[in-house]
Amino acid sequence: MPAIPSPPGDTPPGRIRNFSIIAHIDHGKSTLADQMLRLTGVVDARQARAQYLDRMDIERERGITIKSQNVRMPWRSKADGTDYTLHMIDTPGHVDFTYEVSRSLAACEGAVLLVDAAQGIEAQTLANLYLALENDLQIIPVLNKIDLPAAQPDLYAAELAHIIGCEPDDVLRVSAKTGQGVEELLDVICRVVPAPVGDADVQARAMIFDSVYDIYRGVITYVRVIDGKITPRQKIKMMSTGATHELLEVGVISPEPVPSQGLGVGEVGYLITGVKDVRQSKVGDTVTDAAKPATQALGGYRDPNPMVYSGLFPIDGSDFPLLRDALDRLRLNDAALVYEPESSGALGFGFRCGFLGLLHLEITRDRLEREFGLDLISTAPNVVNRVVLEDGREFVVTNPSDWPSGQKIAEIHEPVVKAMVIAPSEYIGAIMELCQNRRGNLMGMDYLSETRVELRYTLPLGEIIFDFFDALKSRTRGYASLDYEEAGEQAAELVKVDILLQGEPVDAFSAIVHKDKAYAYGTMMTTKLRELIPRQQFEVPIQAAIGSRVIARESIRAIRKDVLAKCYGGDITRKRKLLEKQKEGKKRMKMVGRVEVPQEAFIAALSTSESPESAKK
Amino acid sequence: MASALPVGDPAPADGRLGESALLGLRGHPLGFYVHVPFCASRCGYCDFNTYTAEELGNGVSRGSYADTVLAEIRLARNVLPASAPTVSTVFFGGGTPTLLPAEHLGLILREIGEQFGLAPDAEVTTEANPESVTPAYLSRLREAGFTRISLGMQSAVPHVLSVLDRTHRPSRALEAVAEARAAGFEHVNLDLIYGTPGETDADWQQSLDTAIAAGPDHLSAYALIVEDGTALARKVNSGAIAAPDDDVLADRYLQADDTLAAQGFRWYEVSNWARSSAAESRHNRLYWSGANWWGAGPGAHSHVGGVRWWNVKHPTRYTAALDAGRSPAAGRETLSRRAMLTERLMLEVRMRDGLDLATLPESASRQAEQCVTWGLADRGAVYNGRLVLTQRGRLLADAVVRDLLDVL
Ligand SMILES: Nc1nc2c(ncn2[C@@H]2O[C@H](COP(=O)(O)OP(=O)(O)O)[C@@H](O)[C@H]2O)c(=O)[nH]1
Ligand SMILES: C[S@@+](CC[C@H](N)C(=O)[O-])C[C@H]1O[C@@H](n2cnc3c(N)ncnc32)[C@H](O)[C@@H]1O
Ligand code: SF4
Ligand SMILES: [Mg+2]
Repeated sequence: MPAIPSPPGDTPPGRIRNFSIIAHIDHGKSTLADQMLRLTGVVDARQARAQYLDRMDIERERGITIKSQNVRMPWRSKADGTDYTLHMIDTPGHVDFTYEVSRSLAACEGAVLLVDAAQGIEAQTLANLYLALENDLQIIPVLNKIDLPAAQPDLYAAELAHIIGCEPDDVLRVSAKTGQGVEELLDVICRVVPAPVGDADVQARAMIFDSVYDIYRGVITYVRVIDGKITPRQKIKMMSTGATHELLEVGVISPEPVPSQGLGVGEVGYLITGVKDVRQSKVGDTVTDAAKPATQALGGYRDPNPMVYSGLFPIDGSDFPLLRDALDRLRLNDAALVYEPESSGALGFGFRCGFLGLLHLEITRDRLEREFGLDLISTAPNVVNRVVLEDGREFVVTNPSDWPSGQKIAEIHEPVVKAMVIAPSEYIGAIMELCQNRRGNLMGMDYLSETRVELRYTLPLGEIIFDFFDALKSRTRGYASLDYEEAGEQAAELVKVDILLQGEPVDAFSAIVHKDKAYAYGTMMTTKLRELIPRQQFEVPIQAAIGSRVIARESIRAIRKDVLAKCYGGDITRKRKLLEKQKEGKKRMKMVGRVEVPQEAFIAALSTSESPESAKK
Repeated sequence: MASALPVGDPAPADGRLGESALLGLRGHPLGFYVHVPFCASRCGYCDFNTYTAEELGNGVSRGSYADTVLAEIRLARNVLPASAPTVSTVFFGGGTPTLLPAEHLGLILREIGEQFGLAPDAEVTTEANPESVTPAYLSRLREAGFTRISLGMQSAVPHVLSVLDRTHRPSRALEAVAEARAAGFEHVNLDLIYGTPGETDADWQQSLDTAIAAGPDHLSAYALIVEDGTALARKVNSGAIAAPDDDVLADRYLQADDTLAAQGFRWYEVSNWARSSAAESRHNRLYWSGANWWGAGPGAHSHVGGVRWWNVKHPTRYTAALDAGRSPAAGRETLSRRAMLTERLMLEVRMRDGLDLATLPESASRQAEQCVTWGLADRGAVYNGRLVLTQRGRLLADAVVRDLLDVL
């Protein structure tokens, strides 16, 4: 017999269970969520669209969840016959959104730790598990895909038990695909996840854990009510800014939005106020009643903080206004995206953009190209460094062009991260060598099982955004997984390396690197450019320099023949057309001083093979 | 395979030209080009509009080809006004014009003279493959009024000739020059190709020395171009042979220019050298100086007063058009001012006389001075108002033209 749904706004907290699913990409989170929607009757088999919860195209293609969905499901426990209200809170699935993940977890009392029974746990899952433990969540360890012949449930149950400190028997075994064990899982959730606790009779407080822009409705804000009650037409106040809004609509997702009479203690749902920009509804902020505001905001709020910067330039200069409009549009739904106009001698007009991380950059760039039809060049990503001069002035450098060259520098600080790598133990040596090479400090190492190990490092973020993930994957034949989170800053001896063509610095190629890496960067860029830039009428020296000191040089030999030496008789038209075609080719060149550099050379020189691990859950 | 025709506007069936084009006949020499689209065999590098007997099949016979050309000359007479100047140069090119009986070439030349009048000092050239002529044949050409012969020697080195699919013996070109001299030809040219895969500096030197020793008064030396669609291009694309290297081609050019200069040949166009100004080809000059000429024969190009047109390529279609009393023109273009400027720069910059800067905006002179500082243009000439390329500049002539067009 199906459960009788309880009306939102009037659900006893004792019957509510709020949980999220922590899983690595492809371990089956979406399939499990679908299975739960079906079993609870929220979605019937007919209307069940595979992977109902992942909506965006890019998410589908990349298999990651960028914006999460949060669903309310009724469930009658087979164990105790009681009707429960379950809120499944999805967590955004990638490494750059650790803060958002932590807020989603903060909205729950429990977490399903879902691990592929043929693969074992991965670094990002482990990192999120630690986040969940910090938030005091009840962890339910689950092995998925036990229907697979390759599954090794006993091995990985032991591993999970070791990590969490439970008995291997406590690890549930399910198949999200066939549904085996999923009903039991729902019952376990009802039994072990604590009910939310709050005070219904004090001033309302609700935590924003997600905020999504919708073209029809404006911003949809997802909240978890801690105290009091939220009702439609109530005037609410955002505690971080003091801004007030009228609530046009309050409701729950099941699995489509359903307006309700309100949301009470422990409940999860959405608010609509008509604002048009997610910055007016910030993740982590506390919503309260404007008329009777709470005095104390919920803890943990923080402004999004761009960690990685890159210049985005339209290949066709006349697309600049289009790029600006596109960024303005994306920004409506991306509180972490910052940008300001930038002009580059080499690349023309564009924007210097700040991102949470490399993947955030990649996704943004992808969307600009795909959804807005733009062709972009992006400059090599860089981190934010703090430079203190001897005279005490301080610069926060987000663009190599702003590096205080030629001034007396007292100290430089670079951002560092705490990184975690999980890999088969045979790769320990290779991983240590790589991390060493990237100026890492080993902070600890644990065997998760006899054959798998977890290594903890602090590493400069600047080293991670430079090709680190690819290097890690290739040294471990793809077996290592990586996660990292920001961890303050450290003093570092960084220098700015300029690349000069015929003596002219090309701003797009400048980079801030550690002094021990300057030579390698210089040689890499000069050799690359020698291959990429076509020969000119004169010899073109390519130099890498720190200030006025040249550290690497190459040169492009002068072209010696650029003339058609054949008799075409009277076919002058053909000769002219050839020349006009050559002139067309010339138009696609950017001039750096007297040197003609093809667009493609910029793109190729700036493209690094680096790509962050694309997902975490 | 022969290269494609340009894309242009349709040409009227009677070949009629507009008033303004006809006005352009005044004050410029008028030339005639006659295309003969036949070859005994096809050379692998060649994309000229030419056909072997096998390729043509039964559609067009060499025997009646002259008659068809005569028909086009009469059509030309109807299109050009009576006031058109007499013809000062005639050039028979191909293909291999000398595959036709000398009398047929003579008939065509006579018709041109009868219809338009031939200037008393007219230059009358035919191209010839060395193996396609005999002393008797050459004498008949002289009798018919030919004054100049251009022989496709290409190389004096057997392995080079063989890569080029040339069938003549290395010594045949020299014999042909001597025979032409004996028959009374005052002007003899040899065509050479450099940069053929497998050719060494020494091979090229041998070809140059041999050509000079044969005693022509004019030499053309062309860098081997791998034209799309040719057998050579297929071999290069498949990797069977290496493409000519631009640096090697540049070296060969310098080698040629230095050798020829030392032997009394002076360049008057990037790829052309002559012993004296009288030995320079006036017909070529006419092409390069914006003068007018009628091109007869399949695929032939013409220019009159800013209108360029070109005939249908295939001999069968060409013959069919004229048999039906229609113009064989396939398309034409009326040159815009910009196109005329582009062509003028592109052609004049390549010549020894150079580009007249006085007739161009100031920006051209400034660019010319840049070229001087880059070592591409002659300082003294620019000082005197002409952009004349240096030896290095000749090798970069196209780049110089593009840069000039950028500032104009
Ligand atoms: N055999 C089997 N395949 C499963 C199971 N659960 C998920 N999968 C498959 O694993 C792949 C990844 O699943 P998905 O739910 O998209 O993973 P997510 O990336 O964690 O959301 C898909 O091809 C699923 O069909 C399972 O229990 N058994
Ligand atoms: C119209 S063609 C041929 C004339 C004559 N049939 C002969 O081959 O001797 C004139 C000249 O163009 C040159 N030529 C033809 N194809 C060429 C190519 N692909 N690259 C360079 N020169 C070429 C040859 O030197 C040739 O003699
Ligand atoms: S003989 Fe001359 S025209 Fe004929 S194919 Fe050879 S190069 Fe071309
Ligand atoms: Mg998924």
